[in-house]
Amino acid sequence: MSIDPRAALAKDGVWAVITGEDVRKISDPFLVALKTPVHQWSLAVGRVRYVGEPVALVVAESRYLAEDAGELVQVEYRPLDAVIDPQAACGGSAPVLHPEAKTNEISVRKFTYGDTKSAFAQADARVALTVDFPRLSFTPMECYVVVAQYNPADDGYEVLANFQGPFSTHPVMARALRVPGPKLRLRIPPDSGGSFGIKLSVFPYVVLIAIAARITGRPVKWVEDRVEHLLAASSGPNRITEIEAAVRKDGRILGLRLDQLEDYGAFLRAPMPGPLYRMHGAITGAYDVANVDVVNRVVLTNKMPASLIRGFGGPQLYMALERLVQRIAIELGLDHLDVIRRNLVPAAKMPYRAAAGSLYDSGDYPRAVATATGDGRLDDLKRRRDVARAAGRKYGIGFAAVVEPAMSNMGYLSTLLTADAREKAGPKNGAVSMVTVNIDPLGAVSVTADVTVQGQGHATVLAQIVADQLGLKPDDVNVVLEMDTAKDQWSIAAGTYSCRFTPGTAVAAHIAASRMADKLKNIGAKQLNILPDDVELAQGKIRSRSNPDNAAPFGRVAGTSHWSPVMLPEGMAPALSETALWTPPELEPPSSDDRINTSLTYGFVFDMCGIEIDPLTYQVRVDRYVSMHDAGRILNPMIADGQMRGAFAQGIAAALYEEFTYNEEGAFLSGTFADYLVPTVSEIPPVEMLHLETPSPLTPLGAKGLAEGNCMSVPACIANAIADALGVKDVQVPATPRRIHALMEGAAP
Amino acid sequence: MKPRPFDYVRPDTIDEAVAVLAEYGEEARVLAGGQSLLAMLNLRLADPGVLVDITRIAALDEIRDLGDKIEVGAAVTQNRLLAWPHLTAKLPLLAAALPFVGHFQTRNKGTVCGSVAHADPSSEIPLSLAVLAGEVVLRSQRGTRVLAASAFQKDMLTTAREPDELIIAIRLPVVSGRGFAFREVARRHGDFAIIAVAALIESADETRFGVGGMSGRPVVRRIATGGGSAVHDAINQLASELEGYDDLHASAAMRRNLLRNLGPVVIEEAIRCAA
Repeated sequence: MSIDPRAALAKDGVWAVITGEDVRKISDPFLVALKTPVHQWSLAVGRVRYVGEPVALVVAESRYLAEDAGELVQVEYRPLDAVIDPQAACGGSAPVLHPEAKTNEISVRKFTYGDTKSAFAQADARVALTVDFPRLSFTPMECYVVVAQYNPADDGYEVLANFQGPFSTHPVMARALRVPGPKLRLRIPPDSGGSFGIKLSVFPYVVLIAIAARITGRPVKWVEDRVEHLLAASSGPNRITEIEAAVRKDGRILGLRLDQLEDYGAFLRAPMPGPLYRMHGAITGAYDVANVDVVNRVVLTNKMPASLIRGFGGPQLYMALERLVQRIAIELGLDHLDVIRRNLVPAAKMPYRAAAGSLYDSGDYPRAVATATGDGRLDDLKRRRDVARAAGRKYGIGFAAVVEPAMSNMGYLSTLLTADAREKAGPKNGAVSMVTVNIDPLGAVSVTADVTVQGQGHATVLAQIVADQLGLKPDDVNVVLEMDTAKDQWSIAAGTYSCRFTPGTAVAAHIAASRMADKLKNIGAKQLNILPDDVELAQGKIRSRSNPDNAAPFGRVAGTSHWSPVMLPEGMAPALSETALWTPPELEPPSSDDRINTSLTYGFVFDMCGIEIDPLTYQVRVDRYVSMHDAGRILNPMIADGQMRGAFAQGIAAALYEEFTYNEEGAFLSGTFADYLVPTVSEIPPVEMLHLETPSPLTPLGAKGLAEGNCMSVPACIANAIADALGVKDVQVPATPRRIHALMEGAAP
Repeated sequence: MKPRPFDYVRPDTIDEAVAVLAEYGEEARVLAGGQSLLAMLNLRLADPGVLVDITRIAALDEIRDLGDKIEVGAAVTQNRLLAWPHLTAKLPLLAAALPFVGHFQTRNKGTVCGSVAHADPSSEIPLSLAVLAGEVVLRSQRGTRVLAASAFQKDMLTTAREPDELIIAIRLPVVSGRGFAFREVARRHGDFAIIAVAALIESADETRFGVGGMSGRPVVRRIATGGGSAVHDAINQLASELEGYDDLHASAAMRRNLLRNLGPVVIEEAIRCAA
């Protein structure tokens, strides 16, 4: 590849045309989790590996001018062969994307838990299936935004970007820019325009725009547009899973084997291959299966790099596992729901250590299934099916049972390394959450926290938690959730992803607020002349429990530390601010035999649905959908409901609509919203949400994550219903009319 | 997604508009609702030197009842026609088809004639115009010419309009009291159809049948509805003849099967509507 920027630079108002060569001179490749020579800079260096890879950056007075000049940048390419199919990419004859790495299959790890060999030897039958999960993204309302400036006096960068975390990526950016962490001051605005995971992947552009600011000596702003976003922002990885079960003839699963080939596109970007390992400890899902073998393979192909999206590895796993359970029922002549029930982790075994290491903290899966199918709901589905089938229509019922992890163990990705390599590198584990509760001179309360805002209602829930502890109204608590890496406290776990808020940040808020409450009670006791045990914080007052008339306004007592430290109880530090760090001990490093508790809490989702396929139009219509959730204690029912419905809509998107499509040569075919179909409100069917609350014993609030479960369950549940309706074995999602037509007519899709 | 530089003209009269078109010819593009053109500009798929904005020409913003025909001016939006009080009585096929054109918000801007000018092969308005055997009225400094729908749309995004011509209106024959039906298959509500079909009863034993999305332009046939398998056979033959085409959302084979499935249904619905 060679680039001639002269014509573009000659245009008025064009400040710079930056190429891979410029970037290579003043920055380093991004760090990756694997010690493999796969080098990515923020612009293509020497070689372009996917359609959409940035090759040059035009900096100009306006975006109009920059786009005009961009057309004048002359790029000459020497065409190379591309490989798109992940299995073909593993073959010996495939073009190798990174010749230094010598192979496209850059990581293969084999895991054995229990005695899978014996389980397969003793089984009455084996049931096998291959499942291909596609590429898709969940597109936020607003795309990436980066504003950067460089201060040559202290060789420091200041960047505003709608980055979402995890902040383990901050060192990756700083290292790429060749500066120590504090010299990359990253600020994250109080609103980000939505994310769904995708705004982790703004980080290469943070580095690129920072470099542009340094080269031009000007502040540089980049607002990604939708074309850039769909083409090259990020995608969930596609995965091919070969899964096999050893089963008794009653449907009991004795052992599982999974071969998971995950396609990360042209580069492995931090913190990839997360989706392949995030579910690892819970790879047996909702089922009590002691013996499981797993092969995890990471492959690179000529597609945009894959990364975080909502669900993060869950949809891929459950499409394989839940389709397999349906196949077990079919091949053994059993009822699908009976096979699910027979294999669910029994309530008596909770807390349950899953074969690959997850500690399922609480739950009653059989009861959740019984509740969801009860009250005539399953009977109604069967009645609808029978009526439809009697009239010759194509109707199917699907089920899916999934375990929904929340708050990732920062050590899970080290499962990627062998035990020996982990030993040398030292243990990786834990996940720190931080919240600070502040009191101002008039006793007003404010809260900062280590989360990035994407629209989840974090401010509402934090205000509620803190207000509860301090006897205030939520409106009295001012929550400020913008972040500044130079001034706010953060750990590598900071950010908003993998449902860490509820089991993590919310708990830290609870702890910080309860500590502040204790201090204020002690201060109040002295002022009210009563014992600390007799003090309560209620109704905006600090008062005596036994004599509520003996009271002072909250603000007056709370402001004491500012104005009158002399009035504090002897030896007490001023109660101006309390920071709590919450790091649960259950998040241990991987064990020497590769068992890993990948997350802190594990919720449960059980879905069932009836779908009908229109024989005239090949469209799938969801007739009735029931989704049962056990997410522990619900902190805010309205927000929980919104999160679940959002995940459900995106589950429908993955099941029926959204897919990034490449042809065999690597051309990208879904670059606009006319090709990449995001379902609108008209396409989302009604859903009946049911709840069970089995509090987590591992967090003081008892609450678990709940915002990803339906992303994981819905594609599998609908695929199972389609398989039931059409009596087919292989169902590819999204189940578009084109694919349904091919299934019904036996034609090529 | 920013357009290349262009000049912008907003004439107040038809004469001024056609004068600009005469001057700039192929350099000029007519801007009405902009629901297709602006996206093409932003994607840099269209590269006009001059945009001629006709939305403020009062003479074009009229729906005229000519007795046996309804004339819809080039600045009339899709929602304005949809809200026209006589639509159901005089142009029932349009009343059925218009709600499928994009979304409420896009119909507020998108014009009826703009859709005809854009000539997407699966679009609802060009299909309706073809089934109704309507006309397109073109004006240039050379004069006015009126083309039959079938002569106007030539192929995918290609029409008989000369570069100096302005579509000033379309004329839709009034078909009160005749059975009709419209159906389409789209991936989502408001999307371009994969295929769209329409039927209009011609007589007791003949129906006018149109399909969009099978070839470069809408295709209209008279189909005998005498009974037996006549309708199915005719539709089947049409499907084989038109072949269909492949895109991301449908294979040619699927398009043929959609036509085979929906053709007889829409004809049946039109017959029932007449009854």
